[in-house]
This record gives sequence, C-alpha cells and structure tokens, in this order.
Amino acid sequence: MAERLRWLVARRGVSRLDWTDWFAWLYLLLGVVLMFGPVAWLVLSSFKTPAALTEFPPRLLPYGQKSAVVAGHAEPLPVYRVKLPDGSVRELAELHRIGIQATLVDPVAPEREFKVNIRDREPVREFQLATGNYSEIFGKFSFGTFLWNSVFITIVATLITLLFNAMAAFALSKYRFKGRDAVFLLIISTLMIPPTIILVANFLVVSELGLLNSLWGVIWPAVATPTGVFLLRQYMLTIPDELLDAARMDNASEWRIFWRIVLPLAAPALAVLAIFSVMWRWNDFLWPLIVLSRTEKFTLQLALNAFQGELTTQWHYLLAMTVITLLPVTLVFAFLQRHITAGIASAGIK
Amino acid sequence: MRLAHAALDVVDVPMRALQRLVGVPRIGWLFVAPNLLILGLFTFLPIAIDFAFAFTGGVELYPSKRPYVGGENFATLFECTDYLDPSTCRKDLFWRSIFNTAKFAVIQVGLMVVFSLVTALVLNRRVIGRGFFRGVFFYPVLLSPVVVALVWKWVLQREGVLNAFLTGAGQSPIGWLTDASWAFFWCVFVSIWAHMGFYTLILLAGLQAIPSDLYEAAEMDSASPRRRFVRITLPLLMPTLIVVLVLGLIRAVQVFDEVFVLTGGGPGSATMFIVQFIYQTGFAESIRLYGLAAAASLVLAATLLVLTIAQLRLTRRSLDNRPATRDG
Repeated sequence: MAERLRWLVARRGVSRLDWTDWFAWLYLLLGVVLMFGPVAWLVLSSFKTPAALTEFPPRLLPYGQKSAVVAGHAEPLPVYRVKLPDGSVRELAELHRIGIQATLVDPVAPEREFKVNIRDREPVREFQLATGNYSEIFGKFSFGTFLWNSVFITIVATLITLLFNAMAAFALSKYRFKGRDAVFLLIISTLMIPPTIILVANFLVVSELGLLNSLWGVIWPAVATPTGVFLLRQYMLTIPDELLDAARMDNASEWRIFWRIVLPLAAPALAVLAIFSVMWRWNDFLWPLIVLSRTEKFTLQLALNAFQGELTTQWHYLLAMTVITLLPVTLVFAFLQRHITAGIASAGIK
Repeated sequence: MRLAHAALDVVDVPMRALQRLVGVPRIGWLFVAPNLLILGLFTFLPIAIDFAFAFTGGVELYPSKRPYVGGENFATLFECTDYLDPSTCRKDLFWRSIFNTAKFAVIQVGLMVVFSLVTALVLNRRVIGRGFFRGVFFYPVLLSPVVVALVWKWVLQREGVLNAFLTGAGQSPIGWLTDASWAFFWCVFVSIWAHMGFYTLILLAGLQAIPSDLYEAAEMDSASPRRRFVRITLPLLMPTLIVVLVLGLIRAVQVFDEVFVLTGGGPGSATMFIVQFIYQTGFAESIRLYGLAAAASLVLAATLLVLTIAQLRLTRRSLDNRPATRDG
C-alpha cells in the first residue's frame, strides 16, 4: 500500500521520502475537505425537499419520497412499502388516510384498495433533486428583482470603473503636467482610508445627492478605485511613448489616442481589473446595506441577509438562493483562477 | 464595436476643442478629473464630515442643524469607572466591542498567519496537482461574506451536519452559535477559513522569491530541514510575514460582514465588534446617533492609522508596493 502511494506523495525529482512528504499530502487532503466540504454540503442540501432537510441525522445525497401516477388522480401519489396482513410486502400508492388507517392501491392495478394500519407502512425513498427550490424562489420572493439589481450594479460599476480608472491612469502615465505626482499620491493614499470609517459621513453625502435607495448610490462611491488606477498606470508605463507621438503626427486628438491606442494595448490589465471589480461589486455588503433599505432595491447579498433572519423555517429556499449567489463567483474562479492569483501575487489586490 | 466607435466620435469633438483650449500636457487634468471628483465626493469630503459629526450632537443628519458639543461624544464613549470592566462604562457596548475586537484580532491574526505559513510551505513543495490545491485554499476568498456566513450557519445549526457527527459519536448536540464561547470560536474560525487563502498566496510569492541556490548550498553542507527553515526560509521570508501580519491586523480590526450575518453580534454581545457598534449606533437603532457613531469611527481610524504607519515603518514599502486596506 505504502509503495503504491509513493508516487502520489513524492515530489517531482526527489526520490527519497521523509515524514514531511506524508504530512504535506495529508494536510492538502484535509484542506480539500475543509475548504470545499462546507460549500459542497450547501449545494447538495439545496436540492433537498423541506422534509429531507429536517431529517436528523441528515443524508449526504438528496432523497425524496417516491411518487407514482395513478389513473384517475391528477397529482402523483406518495408511494409506501406496505406489510400486508398476509405477510407479503408490496409498494403501494396512498390514496388517503383517516386516523390510523391508510387506504392504498397498486399503481398498476388501482381497482383493488388495501386498508392498512399506518404503522405497517413506511415511505419509499429514492434519489430526487428538488429543483422546485430553485424555480419557486423566482415567483415567491421577487428573486428576479434582486438578481437584476446585483447584475446591474456589478456590470455598470465595472464599466465605469474601467473607463474612469483608465483615463486617470493614462493621464498619470503619459503626461507631465504640474501636480501630476501629487494627484497620483492623493489617489493612492485613499487606499489607506477604509470605507468603514467614513460610513456615517458618506451616508450624508449620498442622501444629499438624492441617491438613497437608488442603485446609483451604490455604484458612484465605488467606481474610483485606487487599486485600478495603480494597476493600469503600472501597465501603461510599459507602452512606448513613440506610439503616441506617431499618432500625434497623424493629427489624432489626445482622446482618440487614448481610445484607439492606449486602451486596446492595456487590455490585459483591464481584464484583470474587470475580474476584480466584478467580484468586489457582486460581493459588496456593508455599503449597500446602508444605502438600500427598500426591499425592491435589495441586491442578492442584502436579500440573503434579510431572509436568513426571516426564513428560518424555509431553509430550502434560502439554500437555493445562496447557491445562485455563489455561482457567478465560482464560475469566474473556475475559468480565470490563474489571472486572479497572478494579480494578487503581483499587486497585492484583494 | 460600432457603439464604441460612436462613443469615440461623440466625445472626440468636445475633447478636441478642450485640447485646443488648455494645451497638451494640461489636458491630463481632464483625464484625471472624473476619478478625482468621485474620490473627493465620496472619500475626502466624508472625512471632513466625519469630524463635523463627531463634534456635534443631536439626531439631525445635516451638519449645520447639529449643535456643537465639543468633545462630548468622545467623553460619552470613554466614560468608565474601570476601563478593564466594560460593565462600569456608560457605553458598555462600545467597550465590549473594543475588547472583543482586540481579542479577535490577536487570536484570528495569530492563528491565520501560522496556518497561512504552513499552507504556503506545503504548496511551495513540488507536489502533484499544486495548481489545483492552491485553488482549493484560495476559493473561499472569492465568496461573498454573506455566502460564507450562510455556508457555515448551515453546517453549525442545531440540526446541522456537525451536530449529526457529534450525536453519531454518542455526544449530545451543541448550540454552536448560541453558546457565547463557541460563537466567538466560530467567528475566528470562519474568518480564518474565508481569508487565509489570500495571505497564503502572498506568502507563497515570498517563498518563491527566495533564491534556490541558497537551499542547494545548504544541502551541500548537509544542513537538516529544520536548520534550513530556521536559517534560510524564516529570515528571508520575514519582510513578507510582517506585511501579512499587519495587513491581517488592519482587516481584522474592521471585521464585520461575515460575523454580522453569522451571529448578529450575539449571543448577547459576545461577538459584537467595533464596526457593528458603529453600524448599530448610526443606522440600526430607532434614534440614530450619528455623532456617537462618527466619534467611534474616528477612534477606529486612529487605530488603523497607527497600524498603517507601523506597516510603512516596518517594511519601508515604496509606492510601487503599496499597502491596501480596502477592496477597491
């Protein structure tokens, strides 16, 4: 066994194994369980019916009661495993139940009814995905509105962020105007002013601008990211000035140079900033919590927070909403992991 | 694409006119203007207003309607007969949140740095599937705080999977989030779970910057792995470790989102932290005490300023390696 595991545990190019190799592998395995486990558990649970969710101890996979279509009945009937008086065991569909007596029929031959004590029957369980959790939240809780609000804020804020930050980065990397370095310092210094300490005052500014309970009240304060300016400026510094001079020879305006030459060349850096901006805005919580107090303006994060207080008995809806909320970020992560980790390692953004 | 070209032409005409008016280098101001305007409105102006709020009283939002009260808000916050016992303070909740935040920051950051370091060391080995494992530890960083809290709430609830394991082992279930010490423990745990991937990544970059010939030379001298770690890895990683430590502290002091959704500050005030105190005082109570909330914000700001200066001093970071205390 140990010999067979060797190739897994061993490092590349190292033939001798010591305890650190085993420790490293065990640690990584534990890490997978601990980091992915809770999220996987949530996703699995989100496909369970309310009845299966209250089961304790819980099952790993979503199971539900089997049901069968019986001629003459519009709705499928629940199926039970019944011990009949003659000692035989059959799977029957339940028509109705009065007191302790249940009336069941064979789904294939519904003419003959069986009357049994409810203690002699137990539900038949089968693997079942309760996709209703997902379809019902859209009708029941105006979930579509929250989703739209989140998508709107994320996309619009990201587009404005890219434009404004790129403009500032362009000016700070390609022009020598008086006060340029001071402006750069001023923008970068705001990195050290966390939003938590200007919460109260920012509330006044936003309410004076009439942006309370408006999605723009979340968008505008977020678009001038110093991180974005920094990232784009560093990248634009590597674009040779000769390209710009050549365009000026052709009588291109500065705006045209920015739009047609610098922006396309800065695409890799813009892509990194776009990924981060999407995740920041999608995940924002404290600021929207203060600006948006009317339910129809809630983002997904706010809706989840509001529901987790109220819907304590309706975990099946809450779980489905949580899965939808974490889905976009998970997809971004799955496809763009390399760009994200490279961005963090090089610029320390988060 | 056609839309982008149209946007270019529409903006190009006025921009060209302005360019003729102000000249080429100075047109740079025009390009930074939107960014500066936003920062001025939503960052610099609020700092000034914060001070105005902190030294005025009443419940009005508009500063000119608020009476000047001098240092009264600060006096209210700091009125205690015994500073080590929050229950003797006039704003006992403020002091409880300060104590909780300090305790949280020390425990959370201490443990998180240790776990991030171990993880980075393990990931720095040439194990099979390293990219995958790096992703595994990083994934929770991207989840929103609300999702993080709900994921764990689902695991920790009374009929949750953790209690199922407990009862399976013959123990009685525990109210993980209703018992004060357990709730605090889970706040620490969940926030380490959610953030350690970020710090692991920074430490990993630090580890990979250590020249490998140092290790080769040590191997020649047949130095033991422990000796290699203490003599090479640790000293060369120290600058990165300090960055991680201070960055972690700056963020830990501002802990709010996950914990707020996970426990709501409870049971009682066992997991009430300073940002939640500011939020509740300023926004969640029926009487909104903006002055008190702003004063508490300034206390928090002073703490963060000290930490940031410490970071700059300890690491002498240039602008090109700037510190970050916020998402954005």
